[in-house]
Amino acid sequence: MDLRSKIPSGPIETAWERHRFDMKLVNPANKRKYTVIVVGTGLAGGAAAATLGELGYNVLCFTYHDSARRAHSIAAQGGINAAKNYQGDGDSIWRLFYDTVKGGDFRSREANVHRLAEISVEIIDQCVAQGVPFAREYGGLLDNRSFGGAQVSRTFYARGQTGQQLLLGAYQALMRQVHAGSVKLFTEHDVLDVIIVDGAAKGIVTRNLRTGRIEPWMGDAVALGTGGYSNVFYLSTNAMKCNTTAIWRAHKRGAGFANPCFTQIHPTCIPVSGDYQSKLTLMSESLRNDGRIWVPASENETRPPGEIPEEERDYYLERMYPAFGNLVPRDLASRRAKDMCDQGRGVGETKLGVYLDFRDAIQRLGRDRIEERYGNLFEMYERITGENPYEVPMRIYPAPHYTMGGLWVDYHLMTTVPGLYAIGEANFSDHGANRLGASALMQGLADGYFILPYTIGDYIGSERPEPVSADHPEARRTVEEVEAHVARLVALDGKRTVDDIHRELGRLVWGNCGMSRNAADLRKAIERIPELREEFWENAAVVGSAGTLNQVLERAGRVADFLELGELMCRDALAREESCGGHFREEHQTPEGEAKRDDENFQHVTVWEHAGEGKAPIEHREPLSFEHVLPSQRSYK
Amino acid sequence: MGANTMKLKLHVWRQESAGAKGGFVTYEADANAHMSFLEMLDVLNERLESSGQEPIAFDHDCREGICGTCGMVIDGRPHGPWERTTVCQLHMREYSDGDEIWIEPWRATAFPVVKDLVVDRTSFDRVLQAGGYISVNTGGAPDANAIPVRKDDAEDAMDAAACIGCGACVAACPNASAMLFTGAKIAHLNRLPQGQPERYRRALDMVLQMEAERFGSCTNHGACENACPKGISIDVIALLNRDWTAGARKAG
Amino acid sequence: MSRVSALYGTSVGKKITMAVSGAIFVLFVLAHWFGNLKVFLGPDAFNHYAEGLREFGEPFLGRGWFLWAFRAGLIGALVVHVWSAWSLTRQSWAARGTKYKKTAPLNMDAASSTMRWGGVVLFLFVTYHILHLTTGTLHPDFVPGDAYHNFVAGFQSVPVSALYVLAMIALGLHLYHGTWSAFQTLGLDGPTALPIRRPLALAIALVVAGGNILFPVAVLTGFVS
Ligand SMILES: Cc1cc2nc3c(=O)[nH]c(=O)nc-3n(C[C@H](O)[C@H](O)[C@H](O)COP(=O)(O)OP(=O)(O)OC[C@H]3O[C@@H](n4cnc5c(N)ncnc54)[C@H](O)[C@@H]3O)c2cc1C
Ligand code: HEM
Ligand code: HEM
Ligand code: SF4
Ligand code: F3S
Ligand code: FES
Repeated sequence: MDLRSKIPSGPIETAWERHRFDMKLVNPANKRKYTVIVVGTGLAGGAAAATLGELGYNVLCFTYHDSARRAHSIAAQGGINAAKNYQGDGDSIWRLFYDTVKGGDFRSREANVHRLAEISVEIIDQCVAQGVPFAREYGGLLDNRSFGGAQVSRTFYARGQTGQQLLLGAYQALMRQVHAGSVKLFTEHDVLDVIIVDGAAKGIVTRNLRTGRIEPWMGDAVALGTGGYSNVFYLSTNAMKCNTTAIWRAHKRGAGFANPCFTQIHPTCIPVSGDYQSKLTLMSESLRNDGRIWVPASENETRPPGEIPEEERDYYLERMYPAFGNLVPRDLASRRAKDMCDQGRGVGETKLGVYLDFRDAIQRLGRDRIEERYGNLFEMYERITGENPYEVPMRIYPAPHYTMGGLWVDYHLMTTVPGLYAIGEANFSDHGANRLGASALMQGLADGYFILPYTIGDYIGSERPEPVSADHPEARRTVEEVEAHVARLVALDGKRTVDDIHRELGRLVWGNCGMSRNAADLRKAIERIPELREEFWENAAVVGSAGTLNQVLERAGRVADFLELGELMCRDALAREESCGGHFREEHQTPEGEAKRDDENFQHVTVWEHAGEGKAPIEHREPLSFEHVLPSQRSYK
Repeated sequence: MGANTMKLKLHVWRQESAGAKGGFVTYEADANAHMSFLEMLDVLNERLESSGQEPIAFDHDCREGICGTCGMVIDGRPHGPWERTTVCQLHMREYSDGDEIWIEPWRATAFPVVKDLVVDRTSFDRVLQAGGYISVNTGGAPDANAIPVRKDDAEDAMDAAACIGCGACVAACPNASAMLFTGAKIAHLNRLPQGQPERYRRALDMVLQMEAERFGSCTNHGACENACPKGISIDVIALLNRDWTAGARKAG
Repeated sequence: MSRVSALYGTSVGKKITMAVSGAIFVLFVLAHWFGNLKVFLGPDAFNHYAEGLREFGEPFLGRGWFLWAFRAGLIGALVVHVWSAWSLTRQSWAARGTKYKKTAPLNMDAASSTMRWGGVVLFLFVTYHILHLTTGTLHPDFVPGDAYHNFVAGFQSVPVSALYVLAMIALGLHLYHGTWSAFQTLGLDGPTALPIRRPLALAIALVVAGGNILFPVAVLTGFVS
């Protein structure tokens, strides 16, 4: 596997600038001769499709949603980072770069992260020009808040709906191109495979979710902006339809899968209330700016929170991490919450939860300020739980939220398959082993608006790919394989519902490859998951036909892929004999129970190659080097 | 928990496909007070699936009230009884043992039924394509703080921009009019300095497309505002009318 | 030009013509009511007013010219108003398609939900009203030129008065929603208009409906004879 990262040589501060100059351009007159396929209309896909359309390429854009505006990016609440230093609090591109590399626990590429920090500034300009209604101060200038452990205020936000507003900005730009005819948008088209001809990506195969029609689409380059795979855990904060199918199929066609075990567990989610639970709801991390996290000091506490006196409360984050207190990074906050519950000090009916208390903040700032800051989040919490967080402390518990792992890409965002790109959460991202809050929106938009459109131009400009017809034997073969796969799925007429199997897979991965992992559990899971996979193919119940809208069939296909990815995650977690960021191996921790990295042996990206059905995947490594941010043990004490 | 459980009688609209003739089918459903309304339907659907029957098709995704995918009319109310709440956020503690519930899809010529409770809302996308954007290409935008925006304007724009494109306004409107949805986007953009250059063109073009999609005509009932999960105010309709009139005058 | 007609062919365009014609009606019914108040000043004053309507503008305009111009305006407005109402109503009916099995009252009051049928009632009323008090065709004892007599004699019939009262209630409802609605349609929701829209609509509805109901009542109670 060719894992050359193509990082430009020379000083990192000017690397991207110089590289952009060195990259090939495509003559405007020729651009419309080239077809670019973009899968996904989230921040990454939507921004990329719109920009490529503006540049004059002939763009085909696909989503399984009924509208491009539904992409899961819409759910992002807290905000987006940018090194604007509008607050004059000492922020800079360098500091954002530094924070992101450190926050990622030294498992990301310096050059990529620096580029991301540079571009963050342009993103805000672009979004404001599009009419994204960011929060402002009375002077009319943009407001910022500090977010997710950052010690500067660099987060731009639009109430609690930042992702929605950014996505609508990209969606509107996309709609403009659709209107102009430069982008053809195909909604309710599920991308089920990638067509590879002579080793290069030349197209995709889709299933029309309404008619069941399976057809190929050919192009000169393919970009996957298909989001994250947190739903492998069944319960996550991701939207119900989020899945791994597109990148998993690409993986099986030759794209290396990087760091699949790097998943992020978000500390502030509403706890599970019962086994009918379909998804978990995130409470924006910004709540940790003013809320105080605590559990009862004693295990068998039965009193309602209000009656527990101050001295019998354990504000454990403030106690353990005086410097950062409630604002420690997500992985720490999550793991500590788990510890508290493991010690039996959890709260709520299920005892799987900790308090997030606004009593003091309300006393300090007054109810109105708090309402202004978090009003919509408090409303959402009350709708779901029926409890009023202005009076009773919120109950929160960690939940799967984001996947740092994904398709391996080089500096050009190209996977190990020439002409196949991965952008946004779908690629193994610039966040290393742990993503800082408000950085995914930044990365998605950086990839989509400002990186991919150039790097794809370089590929097309230098390769000058020849058009391939949909009748090409490879295209035909891929279509037939997809047809066979779908036929096999609808034929399943067992007893067990698809969701029930997904639920068990989720419990397996969450239990053994979740917040903390150990070799024994991982080995168990690696044995159990294939058995579950077999049960799926023998005993799953897929009712209805393949010729109409069939939501069970849709889910079945996604679960089938999760059943394969879940195993790879466990293998990856087992292979990485260290703890870093979101990956915590119980065998590798400091006496105080903090993650212990092993930079001698694991300062690399693990890239998995698919070796064929039933064969163990092959492990490859891209070594990482750190010249500007020297690896140090993260300490938030 | 026992005290929290309930048996319900559901009358659900079932329709095989766009052309097909639909009708109500009655189901017994079990629920508990902590469930969301959609989880209650999930449980029913899993029961149907495991007995080889086709589950009820309904669309949904985020289940957080933000993506705008979900939507059904419950006892005559789009998104159900809770104010400013999408159906995915409606919880079963609203109901009690023995309740009878009628569930129908959005009803509008511009939203044809695809299957059961799933309707086709692409007409909304086409209305947006007609002008629901600010025409700037990527790159070369001025510094974000170059144009200050009055906080109030930013807040008003945000109020309108909160629209999730769910279509409940159309479902609720006795005229199946899309004025609230269209007005919300026009208000979002026309209230901002960035939106001024295309202000009037936008209003005229989006209204023309709205007509082409065969939505109804607004008679200022205000039912839309009532059903809107995001509390979009019919002030946006007045704004649409105002900018439309100004635009029409310029065009003439 | 074609673009302009295309624009006014849209529901928003039609609504605006409705609002404008509606506003003309509002002014008319207000003025009309005010003029009719003269009946309380006795036969001469009232007849003189009725006569005045015809002589207005003489000798520059011929007798009745002003009145006819005025009628032309009203008829024009009514044609536009009714035609728009009809085409918008058809558009809206077509837009719903399948009806709901269950409906809930989402903020619709008696006024907003009776605009269409209320309008039809008004149309019928106006037709009857003109045949009754202007042409006398449907008047049992019509004396051309003696508007006062026609007025009093007309309302002495209880069923006729009752019919007027009912019509006025329909009018009140139509105006209550209509006036407010006109503000909304014309985009008048500025800081000055917003707070007065509802109260003004209510006031106009009450004055016109209530005020007009006074006439039949006054006659039946013998207050005017
Ligand atoms: C609740 C929540 C809150 C968050 N808050 C923040 C925040 O405050 N700040 C922050 O920076 N990040 C946040 N994140 C993370 C961030 O929102 C996501 O990482 C980011 O939006 C991903 O964008 P994307 O474009 O890569 O993918 P998505 O937005 O998930 O888009 C994926 C697109 O691909 C399409 N697609 C996928 N598979 C297929 C297929 N097989 N066929 C066809 N189409 C397909 C989908 O239809 C969709 O259009 C949050 C995440 C969650 C879950
Ligand atoms: C009880 C209330 C009313 C009374 C007592 C009343 C009285 C009259 C009288 C006396 C005339 C004849 C004037 C003349 O020909 O010299 C008249 C004409 C007319 N009225 Fe009324 N009216 C009433 C309500 C209304 C209402 C509510 C409307 C409209 C909605 C209306 C519309 C007209 C019209 C259009 C004419 C014809 C004017 C013309 O062209 O000559 N009236 N009315
Ligand atoms: C003669 C007395 C009448 C008056 C004073 C009157 C007044 C008004 C006004 C002010 C409006 C509001 C326009 C808007 O919404 O912007 C209106 C609307 C309407 N009118 Fe009339 N109208 C009258 C007669 C009629 C007649 C005869 C009809 C038709 C049969 C009619 C049918 C309607 C309808 C359907 C509406 C639309 C509802 C609405 O827009 O809210 N009206 N009318
Ligand atoms: S205006 Fe309200 S009801 Fe209409 S689509 Fe937008 S959010 Fe839904
Ligand atoms: S309910 Fe319908 S009539 Fe107008 S105000 Fe809302 S669109
Ligand atoms: S499912 Fe997203 S709004 Fe209801």
